[in-house]
Amino acid sequence: MELGVPATRFRSLMFPSVHFPGAVNSKFTTALDFERPSEKPAMPTYRYMDQDGAIVDKNREPIDVSDEEAIKMYKDMLTVSIMDLIMFDAQRQGRLSFYMVSAGEEGIAVGSAAALNPADVIFAQYRETGVFQQRGFSLDEFMSQLFANCKDYGKGRNMPVHYGSRKHNIHTISSPLATQIPHAAGAAYALKLQAAQNPNEEPRVVACYFGEGAASEGDFHAALNIAATRNCPVVFICRNNGYAISTPTLEQYRGDGIASRGVGYGIETIRVDGNDIFAVHEVTKEARRRALEGGGKPILIEAMSYRVSHHSTSDDSFAYRAKVEVEDWKRRDNPITRLRKYLEGKGVWNEEKEKATRSAIRKDVLAAFNRAEKEKRPALRNMMEGVYAQLTEEQEAQMRQLRDIIERYPDEYDVSEFEGGLDGLGVKRS
Amino acid sequence: MSVSRVLRPASRLLSASRPTTALRPAFRPAASLPSIVSSRSYAQPAGTKEMTVREALNEAMAEEMEANPKVFVLGEEVAQYNGAYKVTKGLLDRFGEKRVIDSPITESGFAGLTVGAALAGLVPICEFMTFNFAMQAIDQIINSAAKTHYMSGGIQPCPVVFRGPNGFAAGVAAQHSQDYTAWYGSVPGLKVVSPYSSEDAKGLLKAAIRDPNPVIVLENELLYGLQFPMSEEAQSSDFVIPFGKAKIERPGKDLTMVTLSRCVGQCLVAAEQLKKNHGVETEVINLRSIKPMDVEAIVKSVKKTGHMMVVESGFPSFGVGAEIMALTCEYAFDYLDAPPVRVTGAEVPTPYAQKLEEMSFPTEQLITDYAAKLLRV
Repeated sequence: MELGVPATRFRSLMFPSVHFPGAVNSKFTTALDFERPSEKPAMPTYRYMDQDGAIVDKNREPIDVSDEEAIKMYKDMLTVSIMDLIMFDAQRQGRLSFYMVSAGEEGIAVGSAAALNPADVIFAQYRETGVFQQRGFSLDEFMSQLFANCKDYGKGRNMPVHYGSRKHNIHTISSPLATQIPHAAGAAYALKLQAAQNPNEEPRVVACYFGEGAASEGDFHAALNIAATRNCPVVFICRNNGYAISTPTLEQYRGDGIASRGVGYGIETIRVDGNDIFAVHEVTKEARRRALEGGGKPILIEAMSYRVSHHSTSDDSFAYRAKVEVEDWKRRDNPITRLRKYLEGKGVWNEEKEKATRSAIRKDVLAAFNRAEKEKRPALRNMMEGVYAQLTEEQEAQMRQLRDIIERYPDEYDVSEFEGGLDGLGVKRS
Repeated sequence: MSVSRVLRPASRLLSASRPTTALRPAFRPAASLPSIVSSRSYAQPAGTKEMTVREALNEAMAEEMEANPKVFVLGEEVAQYNGAYKVTKGLLDRFGEKRVIDSPITESGFAGLTVGAALAGLVPICEFMTFNFAMQAIDQIINSAAKTHYMSGGIQPCPVVFRGPNGFAAGVAAQHSQDYTAWYGSVPGLKVVSPYSSEDAKGLLKAAIRDPNPVIVLENELLYGLQFPMSEEAQSSDFVIPFGKAKIERPGKDLTMVTLSRCVGQCLVAAEQLKKNHGVETEVINLRSIKPMDVEAIVKSVKKTGHMMVVESGFPSFGVGAEIMALTCEYAFDYLDAPPVRVTGAEVPTPYAQKLEEMSFPTEQLITDYAAKLLRV
């Protein structure tokens, strides 16, 4: 741009482009014409294989995923899917208060996570169990969180499915919608500064997941704008699954999905078939590469899918959509059956392997379930600890009083199921 | 005693008549505060120098940015424009655009970004042009910054500092002129400080930046330009003021005045008037830190004086005054010779019209009159 140079003014007479600071690349026109988004073609949806697991473009070179990697992806999706069924039922039996399943969206989580570097930082919403599974979060780790036992990294302070793990570079899930999106922009900015300070370390990106409903929150807009203006290396991954609890996308927005908004913020954007795990994988890999280009920039991926599951255990989606619609989707297309068809087509998977794998996963999940349910509760001091980095004097005094009362009335307070019992308070009697 | 009498505010028991409304303007700080500042009997050892609150805040940030490369400042107009109130003056030139960052006008966005940067290991200073605008980002402050350390099981500390002007300003009406101390003071996980003098400003802001928890630093626009003496100790780059310790700004034996931020200056003027007109010795306690709060200092003082009065500029309901009166009753009831009282802002959205605005906040005259009434002098 030659803004500010006196010659620009002269040039603008010959080339009638705008030099208002807010839109320097715009040209003047004499045609009074409003932009009509409804008449524009919708952004295309990228895919690699069709719903029968066949490669769509036979002439393209095959994607960079080995059969072993594809089978690992398949098993990761299957694990999430089987664990979801068991835990949904466990919630119905009253063994935990709440659960959220990923049915229909396992491909987005597993496929994108597999394309990231394990050191990349992740901010998830709550329907990305597959991301944790792909990163090696174990069944015991899932179950400990779900049952809020003493091995839960969250120390029993958070609702079920709000996993988090420093070891796996995934931030703890936060319930209020969309708050993680600006956090992701901030974390990406931190990575960018760290990369500038330590040029020898491999640069990292942040991946940030959210649903199309969350994209209506102010935080989404604020985050995309600030990530774009500050050139933060962050890959935003929107799972557009058609429903925000009960609100269908038809009532959620009028524009061309979430992807069109990325364009509005000047962010490189792509829409991808979320049921095609290879397409998700390929697109995320490319997005990661671009996000690190030229010192960093944000990228938006809109992954299309259908939420086969209810929103959560607190929701009955048949109150607002027909059961047949859901059954149709289940049968017609989902990421697990699509990849299975692909693997079977290649001759690396069959009914026998399917049965054996399913039964092994089921057994492992139930074993972890039983172990976790029998663990002790987190130690009593965890109730007070962690509000601040150090316990306050008031908190210590209250814990001494608590100990005093429990000791005085042992019949009223059974603390044996908490790790360390009364000593788990970690304070001496006052 | 009739029921209606019981339900009346305790302060009414002191007298049937209303205290005279102050005639002095509340928003001409230059006319009132410096006089008391200069008349205070500070020992002025060699090496003490005068510094404005604005300069002290600026020095605190510059020193901490120098000491810790993880510290950065982000907010609207903090870089090129040097801050809406010039608190970040010169920082861009000194530390570069990667550490002094102008943000788009999206409080929830940039507050969220600083929370994310803190979760990722940096130490952000998030400047709000005023805390009135932080309402746009309140979810990020309460639900994310304050709770993430606890809810992540201690995995993710969030060492962010939110700072900016708070409390009553002059001539800017209800949406730009109110005190949020009680809002932030009620949230576990946050620490909240409110400096009065230049020493307070520097020591508390430096402590806030070094603290591993999210800290809210509630400054006051009308204090920025005031000069206060800075001791030699306070000029050092090691100077920090510990949280949870109040400062006795003026010792006394007859009345305890607990106050914070700009009201400290008003109370010092009132204390001087009480001394002159009634020979009363008022002890003025500058809280400095709201959360944690130095209850011990209040109790110790009440044991000596037997009378307690809170002066603050927030709304009366569920406010800082209410909390301090409650704490005083819980921990020092037996030492009180009269019910504790409070002087607060009025229960109205701050009016724009100057005369109405004057009547909406504590004034030195009002504080003096109310104290005299409490002491029956």
